[in-house]
Amino acid sequence: MVKIRFIEHTGVEHNVDALEGENLMSAAINNLVPGIDADCGGNCACGTCHIVIEKEWLGSSGEIGSDEQSLLTMTPEISEGSRLACQVVVTPALEGAVVRLPEFQM
Amino acid sequence: MNMESTTKMVSDPYAVDIDSLDFSDGRLFETGLWNSYFERLRNEDPVHYQADSPFGPFWSITRFDDIMFVDKHHELFSSEPAIVIGDMGEEIPLEMFIAMDPPRHDEQRQAVQPVVAPKNLAAMESLIRERVAKILDGLPVGEAFDWVDRVSIELTSQMLATLFNFPFDDRRKLTYWSDMAAGTPEITGGDVTNEERMVALQDCLRTFNQLWQQRQSELEIGEAESFDLISLLLSSDKTDNMIERPMEFLGNILLLIVGGNDTTRNSLTGGLYALNKFPAEFEKLKANPALIPNMVPEIIRWQTPLAHMRRIATQDVALGGKTIKAGDKVVMWYVSGNRDESVIDHADDFIIDRENARQHLSFGFGLHRCMGNRLAEMQLKIVWEEILKRFSNIEVIGEPTLVRSNFVKGYSSMTVKISR
Repeated sequence: MVKIRFIEHTGVEHNVDALEGENLMSAAINNLVPGIDADCGGNCACGTCHIVIEKEWLGSSGEIGSDEQSLLTMTPEISEGSRLACQVVVTPALEGAVVRLPEFQM
Repeated sequence: MNMESTTKMVSDPYAVDIDSLDFSDGRLFETGLWNSYFERLRNEDPVHYQADSPFGPFWSITRFDDIMFVDKHHELFSSEPAIVIGDMGEEIPLEMFIAMDPPRHDEQRQAVQPVVAPKNLAAMESLIRERVAKILDGLPVGEAFDWVDRVSIELTSQMLATLFNFPFDDRRKLTYWSDMAAGTPEITGGDVTNEERMVALQDCLRTFNQLWQQRQSELEIGEAESFDLISLLLSSDKTDNMIERPMEFLGNILLLIVGGNDTTRNSLTGGLYALNKFPAEFEKLKANPALIPNMVPEIIRWQTPLAHMRRIATQDVALGGKTIKAGDKVVMWYVSGNRDESVIDHADDFIIDRENARQHLSFGFGLHRCMGNRLAEMQLKIVWEEILKRFSNIEVIGEPTLVRSNFVKGYSSMTVKISR
């Protein structure tokens, strides 16, 4: 189990025990964290699981692929730390990671 | 060019050899036969090569997962030069970002995307609600009228006029140009003549040229920045001289008009039709309006207002046990993928509280995913909230008239009667 702290845009926090090896999209959805639509079901094809990972953990969130990068550039609310949750695999290095949810998904 | 289908349309697609069926026939959508045609393909030959059609040979991709694969891999399947089954014709060689690959696609899309960004939409919500309320309050109660004309077209043309900051009284011109743009036999198997289309597109270009000049001079004299689409094009250094490239200018304008018009229009009609075909769902909705946000994506799936998108393979690709050759035309039939029972349970049924209702193909996937999806969803949500506040029932009388096109899956009229 890896502890992840999801924070909604309103400030509401959800502390989740994520399974090592799953991605942050399913960690959020399986723990009823709102704010992720996941229209493509985790195929890196829609951009509706946009999250922003706090700086401290960004380096532990893995490489951004070119597909993911293209979809992120279509999101008007892109910022430093933007990722697609379906592309971030939970590892022990993410222990305690703070993950912010944007107000809107594209 | 003779655009008559090379094969006869048959009422039972199972009765003949699968290779003799023409899946590009616009009449399939006018008659509703598309459903059994594509059901057969999904089951028997999901990645299907049709050697002969009025649009030349093409592949039909019919299953959900295969469509997702093609849509996602823009490097294997190019969107150039056109995204409908037929080519656009050489008299007016339109260019639009939906039919471009990266990097040009990305530059142009990024310029206009802010207009439909969720933040901008939230600011527009009350205006949309006001306009919806006015349209609904003006409808006759207890007498038959055409829902398509009085609600679906009216509302979407008002919305488009708002997004373009287009003269409000001329808003039906937008609808007309939209109908003309992709309505010919060569492009989508429709019934618009080339002459009529040519005149309409020239008028459209002239009008938007004037609008561009007007916006530009407003910007120059320092009038407040407006958030309409023309102003956005004028304010990005990638697109601020688009007016010098008339075919690119007209192409992108038409893209935004068609994208914001036919789609929402036909989902507005399709939702009401579906609720009449599945009356238990209508009762469920009336008893619990909180289901609206889940019903909206279900309407968009069930209707699938755009039946297909097409690509050209950039290299040989193995898919579903077949080899698609470089240069082959590939048609992703969203309308079929949205009825794929291996992904969507009871896919022919309209179920407003369906689980995972958002997982449908109507917006496409990947780089070219629908830009206006959130606007569309918001409009549908508001319309249904306002309908339920006002009326106890809306009854569809008889069967609607459907559009002849293999691209726009829509309604030309639908008679209804409202009960207070």
